[in-house]
Amino acid sequence: MYRMTTHTRAGAVTAISAPIFIVAALALPAVASRGVVQDLFFILTMLTLAQIWNLLAGYGGLVSVGQQAFVGIGAYAMFAGVILLGWNPVLAIPLGGLAALVLAVPTAFFAFRLQGAYFAIGTWVIAEVTRLLVAQWKALGGGTGTSLPREATSSILGTDAIRTLFGLREAAARDVLAYWLALALVVAVTGGIYWLLRSRLGLALAAVRDNVDAAQSVGVDTGRLRWAVFLIAAAATGLTGALVFLQTARISPGAAFAVTDWTANVIFIVVIGGIGTIEGPILGVLVFFALRSALADYGSWYLMTLGLIAVVVMLFAPKGLWGLIASRNGLHLFPARRRLTGPKIEGGI
Amino acid sequence: MIWLDILVQGILLGGLYALFAAGLSLVFGIMRLVNLAHGDLIILAAYLVLMGVTLLGLSPWIAALVAVPVMFALGWLLQAAVLNRVLGKDILPPLLVTFGLSVALQNGLLEVFSADSRRIPVGALEGASLDLGLVTVGIMPLMTFASAIVMIIGLNGLFYHTALGRAFRATSDDAVTAGLMGIEPKRIFAIATGIAMVVVTLAALYLGMRANFDPSIGPARLIYAFEAVIIGGLGSLWGTLAGGIIIGVAQTFGAALNPEWQILAGHIAFLAVMLLKPRGLFPRAVD
Repeated sequence: MYRMTTHTRAGAVTAISAPIFIVAALALPAVASRGVVQDLFFILTMLTLAQIWNLLAGYGGLVSVGQQAFVGIGAYAMFAGVILLGWNPVLAIPLGGLAALVLAVPTAFFAFRLQGAYFAIGTWVIAEVTRLLVAQWKALGGGTGTSLPREATSSILGTDAIRTLFGLREAAARDVLAYWLALALVVAVTGGIYWLLRSRLGLALAAVRDNVDAAQSVGVDTGRLRWAVFLIAAAATGLTGALVFLQTARISPGAAFAVTDWTANVIFIVVIGGIGTIEGPILGVLVFFALRSALADYGSWYLMTLGLIAVVVMLFAPKGLWGLIASRNGLHLFPARRRLTGPKIEGGI
Repeated sequence: MIWLDILVQGILLGGLYALFAAGLSLVFGIMRLVNLAHGDLIILAAYLVLMGVTLLGLSPWIAALVAVPVMFALGWLLQAAVLNRVLGKDILPPLLVTFGLSVALQNGLLEVFSADSRRIPVGALEGASLDLGLVTVGIMPLMTFASAIVMIIGLNGLFYHTALGRAFRATSDDAVTAGLMGIEPKRIFAIATGIAMVVVTLAALYLGMRANFDPSIGPARLIYAFEAVIIGGLGSLWGTLAGGIIIGVAQTFGAALNPEWQILAGHIAFLAVMLLKPRGLFPRAVD
């Protein structure tokens, strides 16, 4: 008679409207200018990183300040695939995910020895070590970095088809391709996280988040769970890093391992939008982009403002903007919470 | 002989790192709070001292004395108005708040003081050295190391021989029970952060007198401080000094082999200690 369900009416609306959104986003380059496509590429890649960090910190309790390690190593692995192995850049992107996954194993081994807050700085140390080591890699430009060779960028898989399809020049076609790949990645990551949260693993994650001891007592292997979440997040972050630097076609250790770009901004997006929800990062990235556009002319004031907004949100609305909305009207666009439904119990307790 | 020289320089450099780390260790020991803005607060204090020297024409020592109450007040206010609100069982809010503060502070400093590197002028003392026979050491590194030792003795004295120190230890052990005994944990926390900022000012003074600084170098100081604390083991200030010395020696040896390896060698020493002794060399506190 009683059933466990995660179904909500808003969730059904999402299930219907999400495919429409995705199809519209796919068709967008036909009408949008190159500038809009580039802006959307930026928004989508930041959203991907935000969803991944949210999985780590919001659901997994792993507050990493070292995600730039995986962005950087992913980007460098893609460049290595193109420059040293002569692969097509698009085919070299998975190499980025693989490299990040490989780096995540020793990272987790060290960082998991550190408890709580020290874990955060531990991941940061590993990111610094990785940056300093990569800066010694002379074949890829050492400390000053390098660019993708002209032959590689002019023959990227799929750009010719895009050029004839939309009648674009080569550079613009490359942006469209990158945008589509970013769209595919963000859909896969968001969908994947949503699926994960509704699976057995997600139930275990929620249990650990709510009470570690109780979760362990009913058989949740918390150690294995943390490893799984950390490795999945690293691989996805590496793919995103490879894609970001495919679009810029230029890399340097400073840019690829930037703590501000790949971790601080991402953390602010998640905190402002609402940590521990899938809706939060989506709302957060829109607020972030609006702020960035509005304050673009004010140099460092922009980052200072962003940092202070994150502090204020954490102090007065710890569940972020989405938390404020959800607490007002109980809206859950991506419902993952398991609720018991059935006949109401009358009277009694 | 050159290796002995490098060893001594490294040990003395460790004194500076111990100064960076002591404030971090103090705050963590009392309230289990890791302040990710610690490095940027060191840089802020360095600019305060520099302003005292350039704008008011004070000597660096007097300027630091003037900066001490300012930094204490700032730390007290930071704790009372911001950090006390987010302390709790969940480690996420304090981490994110201090991370936001770090980025805000760093960019605020950049806007006010520009990205130019600056240095606190100390005149003749800067290049002065002392010939010890086997090795020659700079007066400034020697003073840094001596200050670190005096500071650790002072903090340990405060911790173990005063009423305030007893309140610190009681709150650290069990804040609720300490509250029942008439100690107000939030007030104790505010004083502790204030004292940490006094130590930060001392660290900033030596940082600014020994080398160039600019608004962007805060996070790296935080990382060195953190490594020193972890290597030494939580809860032991002498351990923190040992941790600082290990980082310092690794860095000077790394730099002697190849200047590009200086920072990397320090980090690798940290990772090696983590591998062999996950709880640090002299652990006292459990967590």
